[in-house]
Amino acid sequence: MALLAAGISGNIAALTYGLAAIGPGIGIGYLVGQAVQAMARQPESAGMVRTTMFLGIAFTEALALIGFVVFFLGKS
Amino acid sequence: MSIFALDFPPLGHLVDFKNFALDGAFGINKVVLVYFFAIVLTLVVFTFGNKKQMVPTGMQTVAESAVGLVEDNIIMQTMGHSGLGWAPFMTSVFMFVFFTNIFEIIPVIQMPANARIASPMFLALLIWVLYNGAGIKAQGLGHYLKNSLFPPGVPKALYILVVPIEFVSNFLVRPFSLMVRLFANLLAGHILLTTFTILSASLWTAKWYAVFLPLPIIMVIFFTLFEIMVAFLQAYVFTLLASVYIGSSIHPEH
Repeated sequence: MALLAAGISGNIAALTYGLAAIGPGIGIGYLVGQAVQAMARQPESAGMVRTTMFLGIAFTEALALIGFVVFFLGKS
Repeated sequence: MSIFALDFPPLGHLVDFKNFALDGAFGINKVVLVYFFAIVLTLVVFTFGNKKQMVPTGMQTVAESAVGLVEDNIIMQTMGHSGLGWAPFMTSVFMFVFFTNIFEIIPVIQMPANARIASPMFLALLIWVLYNGAGIKAQGLGHYLKNSLFPPGVPKALYILVVPIEFVSNFLVRPFSLMVRLFANLLAGHILLTTFTILSASLWTAKWYAVFLPLPIIMVIFFTLFEIMVAFLQAYVFTLLASVYIGSSIHPEH
């Protein structure tokens, strides 16, 4: 798997991880930001918000991790 | 170009170990040894933690905090009171995943067993069988399929689209993402640690560029601390998702 048109050389699989990280990066940032806001507004519900936050992170993160695995599959 | 660790070993070398006993499919290598250690450690925690003192000491503190974490922060939040029967299973899963992960940073061993896909795959399959089994047992096969494939409140015509999507997401993507999440996190951590360790080792020379040596060493220390957190968090997330799946198949949304 060698390369793009304009004389750039390298492994195109390395690009997939970068692309796969964009969406989950934005998603996790937004998610945790909102969760922190919710905890600041209602500290008494912090436990529930935290559990839900970790669930959300786990689901969002999965996309980046699939990108990471695809990177290795593409590399070999 | 050993200065930039460009002669990085192929990925297979980072996670592949020679068998040192019993060749073939039942060969015992470093990873298998980590499984044994994890099982033994889990057993040790619960055997020696099995005391009923009012003020816990030693191993009892460890066992009680693990059970407390799983009961209060995982099961009560996702399954509610009726799910407390799952606490022993969930605690064992949590402890096993945590111990297999934590060997990532234990000196001499430094290999997370979950960076090989076998263990995450088996655990994910186990959870898959369990949540389907629990759902069928609690609701009966017909109701279970109906509840998991036909979400309520969707216009009839859309079921042509919704049913395949629900099928793929409930029966195929769930175990797959459970597996990939654990595997990829630990593999990524292992690769990060190895990268910075190899970089430190390459800079350990008498050349002028040895002045950069502190940088990768600081990174190794930082990532070692980070990986402790990751090991715990992945065990937590794995158990949390397992209990969410089991909880959702026992009590369907109405």
